Amino acid sequence: MVIRRRDFLNRAAAALFALGPCSSAAATDRPPGRLIVILLRGAVDGLNVVIPYREIAYYRARPSIAIAPPGKPDGALVLDGQFGLHPALASLMPLWGNRQLAFIHAAGSPDPTRSHFDAQLYLENGTPGDSATRDGWMNRLLLALPGPRGAADAVSIGPVLPRILAGKAPVATLPLGPHGVRALPIDQPQIGSAFDRLYGGDDEVSESYHEARAARTQLMDALSKERQTADNGAPPPAGFPRQAARLASLIRRHPGLRLAAVGLGGWDTHINQGDHKGQLADHLRRLGEGLAVLARASGEAWRDTVVVVLSEFGRTVRENGNGGTDHGHGNVIWVLGGAVNGGRVYGEWPGLALPQLYQRRDLAVTIDFRSLLAVILERHMRLDDRRLEAAVPAAPPAPDLARIVAV
Amino acid sequence: MREPAACVRTRFVYSESACESGGGRDMDKMVLRRTGPHRSRPERIAGFLIAACLLLGMPAALATGTEQVSDRQAIHVLNRLAFGPTLDEFRHLKATGIERYIRQQLEPDSIPEPIELRWRLSQLDTLKLDPMQLRRLYGPLPALPGFKPSPELEKAQRERVRLILQEASEARILRAILSPRQLQQVMVDFWFNHFNVFSGKRLDDVWIGNYEEQAIRPHALGRFRDLLFATEKHPAMLVYLDNALNTAPGSPGAHGKEKGLNENFAREVMELHTLGVDGGYTQDDVITLARIFTGWGINPPDARAYPEYAAVFDSTRHDYSPKVFLGRALKSSGKAEGEEALDILAHSPATAHHISFELAQYFVADDPPSALVDRLAARFQETDGDLREVLRTLFSSSEFWDSAGGKYKSPYQFVISAVRAAGVPVGSVRPLLGAMDQLGMPLYGCQTPDGYKNTEEAWLSPEATTRRISFATALAHGGLWSNDPAGLSTAHPVEAGHLEAVFGSAMTDTARDVIGQAPPGLRAALILGGPDFMRR
Repeated sequence: MVIRRRDFLNRAAAALFALGPCSSAAATDRPPGRLIVILLRGAVDGLNVVIPYREIAYYRARPSIAIAPPGKPDGALVLDGQFGLHPALASLMPLWGNRQLAFIHAAGSPDPTRSHFDAQLYLENGTPGDSATRDGWMNRLLLALPGPRGAADAVSIGPVLPRILAGKAPVATLPLGPHGVRALPIDQPQIGSAFDRLYGGDDEVSESYHEARAARTQLMDALSKERQTADNGAPPPAGFPRQAARLASLIRRHPGLRLAAVGLGGWDTHINQGDHKGQLADHLRRLGEGLAVLARASGEAWRDTVVVVLSEFGRTVRENGNGGTDHGHGNVIWVLGGAVNGGRVYGEWPGLALPQLYQRRDLAVTIDFRSLLAVILERHMRLDDRRLEAAVPAAPPAPDLARIVAV
Repeated sequence: MREPAACVRTRFVYSESACESGGGRDMDKMVLRRTGPHRSRPERIAGFLIAACLLLGMPAALATGTEQVSDRQAIHVLNRLAFGPTLDEFRHLKATGIERYIRQQLEPDSIPEPIELRWRLSQLDTLKLDPMQLRRLYGPLPALPGFKPSPELEKAQRERVRLILQEASEARILRAILSPRQLQQVMVDFWFNHFNVFSGKRLDDVWIGNYEEQAIRPHALGRFRDLLFATEKHPAMLVYLDNALNTAPGSPGAHGKEKGLNENFAREVMELHTLGVDGGYTQDDVITLARIFTGWGINPPDARAYPEYAAVFDSTRHDYSPKVFLGRALKSSGKAEGEEALDILAHSPATAHHISFELAQYFVADDPPSALVDRLAARFQETDGDLREVLRTLFSSSEFWDSAGGKYKSPYQFVISAVRAAGVPVGSVRPLLGAMDQLGMPLYGCQTPDGYKNTEEAWLSPEATTRRISFATALAHGGLWSNDPAGLSTAHPVEAGHLEAVFGSAMTDTARDVIGQAPPGLRAALILGGPDFMRR
């Protein structure tokens, strides 16, 4: 049997009621926070994002692409006594200084696959090794959030709904580009009402139509008030910084928004990855600038926002024969926001000497990405154990991460 | 005018010695000859189809075309073997019968193409060039001793190379809309996504049109092994998946950026192109295959050896050590070793299953019935990967006939099918490309090697639905080409009656009701933008 989305929502609402308000003490204290997930599709080279500059093995394995230690020309920016940040991410240093940016190193999936497509599936469905899970963990999270839900509480940026947000709960898709809120034919009453009737069925396509109509009403309202306030009137550069500015104004204008996901490509650097400059540096610079815009332009809303930036797996420790890196295992996860206890690199560093590597080639995974999600879902999104289990099942506990978000 | 020399010139050759290169070409010709006479006789097909239909409980008369084809059946066949009905093809199919239509579609060369299409394709000059000509005329400017291209020159080159993407797009879209060889166009869409390359990768912007013309289209209904060889040896693929730099460490030719292994191509050849991710290979097999493919690369534009070939085997960068691949000790060495590996992959049962699954997913259902996939895989192996035979089995299966309307159209399928159904003159393809862009499926713009999906979960979203409605409304009102710069078309509103002649009898009661009550000027938009038109 297929459960229709609207039915499911009604049932979910009824179940919430039956549970009563006391099922979780945390849930009643404060409303859930806001969570933004940025997927770096293609596997970003985390060892060149947060650089273990004390490791001789790092410099030996990467003769042409390593980032020099802090203090050297074009060297890493100091994070602590062990790690440095890629110099193209200088725009994030103020957030690090404010303790609003943290990293978890040697994190990733317990599944060993080096297939982009399987690994992204697991990152998005939240059940590593199980490809049968069709919905995304953010959609299950949306269903599990306490309180009534609106049509545009979760948004995806771009025309295609990523798997991480796909599932039974309605999700709005926010168009990109300069014409995001341009009038559409269905805004005309005569055309709109004819299509409303035509899409009167309870099939999936009709459901998506009605979700679009409902979300459009809300998002149009929020975005039509938008003035380019993001950066004092100067429109940010095209690409992610501009998307981030749009997302920030949406967050400011539409307080109901709880979840957002953005996918960014271009990280699969098998050749000519570059070092402090080049392909990866250019991508990181745009990402860093966008995240800084998001932090600045979200205003008060930044205080209860957590942004997680992650990839499906890491890349080989050793550079390959073409100035690039191949598919690896462990990676670094970025966490930032007003609600983050940052200024710290979390995790258990396994080291880069040959015996310490996963299959003698990759950074090992010492923290399961689900452990981080569990902490954020519990402490920031205010899920009790049962709801947490429904959204991200079987997350191993990671006590070291418990304080990564402020309560 | 030059002859189809291009198809010889894309051949992958040794750069070791001339006589071996001649041998390589002969071998390729042999392959071509082998595929030539493999046409089944019509009577055999008819007999086979009748038997299959009896077996599957489908009325045999339907298959022989001696009896009336219902509107629903005609729409189903055209939704799957074609990019949806046009009024002409709908009538043609009903008159011809389903069996004969399928037989014709499996032999695309037997179907004449209309003069308008041939004329418009003949204007696209870059499609007639071979990869080396393309690289010399449109590629990045070489840095020669004492000459560094100025930023202005480089900008001019980038503008010039855009013509290739424009012409490739124009050819693809015009054929998809106007060619009566519809199944071939459908298979080009299918195989291009299976063997995806991305026009945004440097040099692939130069070769994208040639890749489709030379590596994909000629083999789209041929033998899988030939398609595999043609795509993996094309310079566009070798560049896209970084094999052009893949080098045996410490080999005589290793230098600069070409000094070691690159796993990218080897992994995706097995994961995506042949065995499938669960096809039973290991990380060691990935590395071995990467070693096997060392030296498969591209020729510099000023090459003295084999100056007419864009893709070459560089023996000085090849790993000549003995290798065990997928548990088998390889017999050959050098370039032939890669071909031996591709042959092993082409003939693996895992590959037969993987390709069969993808075909069944594209033509039948997002979660295709496993019994059907198994039958297709068996047919694939019996016929040495003869794609026509596999498709014949698919089109005569009960699963195919039971699945009408079960697939959600990809943005490409939606846009093409809407323009086909509309029956208006086709102006510039630019507004159609823009619509695909906005729907998240820019043509030749899939960056990742898995290509675009064709499933509902990949494409159905609220934004997609409203954007499709907007496109349908603009098309119906004649707004797509109202400012056509080429002047090929002025505003032609779509006649609702034209659409009703095809879709009228198959409409749901609600749709008929709503459309009947709508103002006449809105009816075409409602048909093209309605929920039934989102499916195939």
